[in-house]
Amino acid sequence: MPVSVASSTLIYRGLKEAGVRLVSALPETWLVHLIRMAEEDREMTLVRLAKEEEGVGISTGAHLAGVRSAMLMQNHGFLAAINGIVSCGQLYRIPLLMLISQRGSFGEKDPWQTEGGGVTEHVLDALRIPFDRLEAPEHVGKRIAKAQTLAYSASRPVALLLCRDLMWED
Amino acid sequence: MRRHDAIQAIYPELERSVVVTIMGAVAAELQSVGHRPNFFYLQHAMGLASSVGLGIALSRPELPVVVLDGDGSLLMNLGGLTTLARYRPRNLVHVVFDNESLLSVGGFPTATSTGSDLAAIAQGAGVPRTATVTGLEEFREAFRAAQQAGDLTTLVAKVEAVGPAGYVTDLSLLENRYQFARYLKDL
Repeated sequence: MPVSVASSTLIYRGLKEAGVRLVSALPETWLVHLIRMAEEDREMTLVRLAKEEEGVGISTGAHLAGVRSAMLMQNHGFLAAINGIVSCGQLYRIPLLMLISQRGSFGEKDPWQTEGGGVTEHVLDALRIPFDRLEAPEHVGKRIAKAQTLAYSASRPVALLLCRDLMWED
Repeated sequence: MRRHDAIQAIYPELERSVVVTIMGAVAAELQSVGHRPNFFYLQHAMGLASSVGLGIALSRPELPVVVLDGDGSLLMNLGGLTTLARYRPRNLVHVVFDNESLLSVGGFPTATSTGSDLAAIAQGAGVPRTATVTGLEEFREAFRAAQQAGDLTTLVAKVEAVGPAGYVTDLSLLENRYQFARYLKDL
């Protein structure tokens, strides 16, 4: 499976350095190494979800209880979580760090992934969710730290898109 | 059993717990009995109260957490029951007030009115302790037993489909949210 272990390691390190101690996730191909790293890390609480929207509630609870968290999900999972993001994360001003694998962009071979890629950034814009792309290893640490900084200073959900050039080694 | 009376019956225990409620009647009725800084009212995002409770319970395992859920809300997040059961927070009591209707939006019947059994669904999801109660005293006892059991419990309380005259209270959402977080920080 050509999911980049090196990039996944960088992302995971970035999350740890940003103080993240709870991660909620629904498995998807690009996230397999990240989920395994969270599972094997005794300092990290991994919550495996049935559906992504739950993760918004769990992260909200964690934040209110003083624990920094992040959500790991595919862009289709982000689309499935939108009401929770709006009417929990945004309504209650929760600093919610979302890492979203940006499936369906140029290079995507799975036909079923191709619709979500075209709408994800538009939806993020429409929701006024600040976001940036992680496309190269040198982006990762700094952009995770900056995203977390804005999430806390604005007290709002923010997103980082995990892009094909970073995550997939063809 | 009226939900307002049920809330009143367990209020002494709620005072000593971290409480997350759903929107609408449950939030308004708990506030009418008496707001406390350890009560958080999730005034939207139907279905997510149990997930918020799970996030708190996992983050602060030393604190007793109570979620006051409803049939309409829980039906929107049945998958969340499997997540609750999977992580089985021993400090969480999940109360579901089941009035078999979506009371705040016109009283339309939910699927529990035609036989869907939320306690059975919770049990099937793997929640270790589940029960359905119909009487006030039975509810009070079951709730106390759940808090003393030291294990995850989903307690379904069958209640009448009656609620308060209005749902908007003086407490603003963000005031509640920041007060609650600050209170937990000092606990």
